[in-house]
Amino acid sequence: MRKYFHVISIGIQNTLAYRVNFLFRTLFGFIPLTGTILLWRAIYDGKGAGGKVAAYSLAGMISYYLLVTIVDVLTAVNEDDWQIAADIKDGNISQFLLKPIDYLWYRLCLFFSGRLIFSVIAAVPVTVFILLQRQYFVLPPDGITFAAFCFSTVLTALLQFFISYSMAMLAFWVLEVSTFIFIVFAFEYIASGHLFPLNILPPMWQDVMFFTPFPFQLYFPVSIYLGQLSRAELAWGLAVQAGWVALFYCVARFMWRRGIRKYSAVGG
Amino acid sequence: MNDEARMTNDELPVKPARGLRRYVAVYAAMWRNSVVRELGFKANFLLWIFVEALWFALQLSFVAVIYLHTDSIRDWTKWEVVMLIGASHFMQQLFTAFFLTNCVNLSELVRTGRLDFILLLPVNTRFLVSLRNVDLGGFVNAASALAVMGYAAKQLHLVPGIGQVAGFLVLCAAGLLIHYSLMFTMASVCFWTVRAQGIVWGYYNLFNIARLPDSAFRGVFRAVFTFVVPMLLVSNVPVKLLVGKIGSPLEMLLLLGMTVACFAISEAMWRFSLRHYTSASS
Repeated sequence: MRKYFHVISIGIQNTLAYRVNFLFRTLFGFIPLTGTILLWRAIYDGKGAGGKVAAYSLAGMISYYLLVTIVDVLTAVNEDDWQIAADIKDGNISQFLLKPIDYLWYRLCLFFSGRLIFSVIAAVPVTVFILLQRQYFVLPPDGITFAAFCFSTVLTALLQFFISYSMAMLAFWVLEVSTFIFIVFAFEYIASGHLFPLNILPPMWQDVMFFTPFPFQLYFPVSIYLGQLSRAELAWGLAVQAGWVALFYCVARFMWRRGIRKYSAVGG
Repeated sequence: MNDEARMTNDELPVKPARGLRRYVAVYAAMWRNSVVRELGFKANFLLWIFVEALWFALQLSFVAVIYLHTDSIRDWTKWEVVMLIGASHFMQQLFTAFFLTNCVNLSELVRTGRLDFILLLPVNTRFLVSLRNVDLGGFVNAASALAVMGYAAKQLHLVPGIGQVAGFLVLCAAGLLIHYSLMFTMASVCFWTVRAQGIVWGYYNLFNIARLPDSAFRGVFRAVFTFVVPMLLVSNVPVKLLVGKIGSPLEMLLLLGMTVACFAISEAMWRFSLRHYTSASS
């Protein structure tokens, strides 16, 4: 166990080197976010006072996007998938086959430390941004909801990581994984609720999306926070989310095992 | 690896022509080079086209979802916004085809010191650096954007006159030049900061603004993205001309003026950076 703490501390030191980069990332990220918020504001203007889109008032819509930003900062995979793919391609994983350290846990530790530093750095601009929009920012309805939100956010982070890890494993078989990563990312972008809240879609489409793991990569914890779920839906959703995490953990392990058999240690 | 070396030795058996003709010959050689390179990775080439098409579809579906809940965004109706997204994608793809890879590679040239070789060539350095690679997939995607625009025009019962189409293309070229100038300015900053990914990523965020209808914005946001970073002009003005909702010719003049300004700034920045270039490694 101690060795993994060591990995975390190394990861923290490494990511700290990119703190300015992180800051710029967050700041640039606000540009499209502001664009989207203003776009919705124009739409609500056209509806007159008290207008609603599905169940969302203007305030509800804006808090949705603010929460998406927060959950995204806490859980999104940044460059981990590219790094893993590069490790495989360049033969850097050879050393992990010899050392008594598990590559998946190693990467998870690095992911964790990366998120930690990113969240701390992003906290400043995100807080300022939320303060600017504070009349729209809502608090969770009660403590249990908030606890469930936190728990679900952790599961979201794990799900994000295991999916990215599995995708990066493709590097064992193909030279260029970036196209595959971008294809999955496109589906994730729309079906995880990045672009708009999923419950403004026609019910049929919502059902379709909830058959995929994508809503659990972002939308689900946000909808918990906003108190949109009944207790039963909440419990069921958390179970399904945990199920997806477990499934993709197995996929990640399986792909690694198959990949190693094919691995030829280029340049190692 | 040895793009420059190959280009100068094998691919440019050009007779020493002069002026414009020489640049045309050099550019033709760079095209040949790019075609050969793309042919080496056919599957990857097709996959990237698919990725871009997917992201385009995603933008369009966002419009579809929004207009499930409203009839217009200020004065923009659904198919006008589709037209806007199409035009924006059209320009973005042409930008990718001609400039994107080159702007991104600039920091790599600086980091590895390979810029030295390019500086030595008897051709304008900015010309070479900006246009060396052509990304052919971009043209395929630009064509799909035109198809979507054609469909939107049909939904709007729009038959633009020849003047409108010509004006649209000129304004698109101006917009393209703005995209290029801004990206090139940012890439020139790489002479100091070196890492390029952040810049590409930052620029994609700006592209997001170009897709949005201008009248949705008021106040500071509108002013900044019109007069400082003219993202709300680049695709909005051409489309407004095409669908006949342009307020006054002033908007077109503003776009053209901003194009000149952006290009001048990028040239100044480029020269400043070059003057402070110290070669890396040896």
